[in-house]
Amino acid sequence: MKEKKALHRFAIALMFLYLFMPLIATFLYSIATDWYDTVLPKGLTLSWYVKLFQDVRFVAALGRTLFACSVAVGLNIAVMVVSLFIVSLYLPKLERLLQAFVMLPYAIPGVIGAVGLIKVYSSGPLAISGTVWLLIGAYFVVILPYTYQGTRNSMRTVDLPQLVSAAELLGATKPKAFFKVVLPNILPGVMVSALLSFSVLFGEFVLTNLLVGGYYETVQIYLMRRMRESGHLSSAVVISYYLFVFCLSWIALKLGQNFKNGNFDNLRGKKYELPHYR
Amino acid sequence: MIVVRGTWAQISKNLWLAGALLPLAAMIFGFELLPIMGMLIDSFRADDGNVWTLGQYITALKNPYYLVAIKNSLLISLLSSFIAIVAAAFVAYFITRLKPKSQEAVLTYVNLTANFAGVPLAFAYIIMLGNSGLFTILFQRWGLDIFSEFDLYSWSGLVLVYVYFQLPLAILLLYPIYFEIKEQWREAAHLLGASDMQFWLQVGLPVIMPGLVGTFSILFANAMGAYATAYALVGSNYNLLSVRIGALISGDVYARPHLASALAMLLALSLIAAMLTNEYMMRRVRRDLK
Repeated sequence: MKEKKALHRFAIALMFLYLFMPLIATFLYSIATDWYDTVLPKGLTLSWYVKLFQDVRFVAALGRTLFACSVAVGLNIAVMVVSLFIVSLYLPKLERLLQAFVMLPYAIPGVIGAVGLIKVYSSGPLAISGTVWLLIGAYFVVILPYTYQGTRNSMRTVDLPQLVSAAELLGATKPKAFFKVVLPNILPGVMVSALLSFSVLFGEFVLTNLLVGGYYETVQIYLMRRMRESGHLSSAVVISYYLFVFCLSWIALKLGQNFKNGNFDNLRGKKYELPHYR
Repeated sequence: MIVVRGTWAQISKNLWLAGALLPLAAMIFGFELLPIMGMLIDSFRADDGNVWTLGQYITALKNPYYLVAIKNSLLISLLSSFIAIVAAAFVAYFITRLKPKSQEAVLTYVNLTANFAGVPLAFAYIIMLGNSGLFTILFQRWGLDIFSEFDLYSWSGLVLVYVYFQLPLAILLLYPIYFEIKEQWREAAHLLGASDMQFWLQVGLPVIMPGLVGTFSILFANAMGAYATAYALVGSNYNLLSVRIGALISGDVYARPHLASALAMLLALSLIAAMLTNEYMMRRVRRDLK
């Protein structure tokens, strides 16, 4: 039995070596001065990161990514919270229909989504193809499953109808109950899904490239274009991106643990893993 | 009078509710349903967009170029899913034998790497195994000729990278399935004189089989729908279904949106089939989902 335990550990260690190798190599490459024919880099430096954040083009790309992601997430959360508030209070019969529509994007890979979006928006009354507005619309749909699950779960946890009727019993109007009682209570859960959505969109490449690639350079597009020019600089992009997403997930995880039923996977609303399509 | 006022209040309340729900409905309609319907209609239209036809589907399934793309996509999806699921079947089981605390930690780290995909992943492999990659040059220096044949920008390189992003997903999917094998069954089997091998072949495997098939179908869908990783690694050069669709709408060669729609519909059908298989299989194995 002991021998087997050792075998198990060895296999798991081997898996980790395999899974973390690309990350470690990229990290080392991003802090190496010169590294092409030795086992380890010749010297270490942070100059690639300094160069990267001094690169006007990169900073502009970062700004575009942050703008598109923030608008899509902010808009989505605002619309979702109001809609779910109304549906669960007044129109519970609509809930199943709504769920079907908002969960659908989970199953649609970006490359299929882009076909229809380009068709609808490249001509006609709403020719917004190639602009950030089409991208924001597409992003809005991509994160629907995440924000829906997060918001709905928090509303279930606080038992929304009960909470609202309690507030009304104490003399609050519906809007007052919404802003003063419901919102503060569901905020942590909603924040978690917002952070998660943000990190999903931050790594989005397919829709961005196909819908606005040539006109709106985000961080992912920047990386794609520069990765064959400068390996060190691109490594710095990858590591910065990864650290950022890691921090977001970590904050979300910590936030999630602070309230009941706040398991990260529950909030992501998965019964089990779904394809990532990347 | 009271009745009239009541209906008026009712109407204004309903209007108010409908108005508040309008933004979400409009966004779902405009950016989800309308594009899907547009794509469906487009796929049955000729290139000029005026005539109803099955021509796009016939081109997609008859033209050798697109047929090869479909075949390549199916092959790489099946192969990478198969390699990943075999490796994951062992590793996920080994994880379940760890202490609960360690299990949680291991899964967290696996989850971390599950997000490493797309362009960053392709890039990492280029600096490791590309033409002047770290390992490529090291192996050359050490005279390891077995690796000199390897080309990252070919079929084998693509498989390698696909397996990488399939493995964490496979582990995360398979891990919960092993809990369906009760410890008592194993003890009972051993008491009755079964060897480890016999236990797995006659009890363990049959129990988790639907889970394996379901997981395999999700992995298959995952690879079929993947685009960014392949595009970043080999551009439009390598003939895959998703890459072809992307090229046909972005006009890398020349845009043919109607053909792209038909190919996208075929891709969507394969994904739906895979998802339904998974749903059916998972219900058979995961009692906690019923």
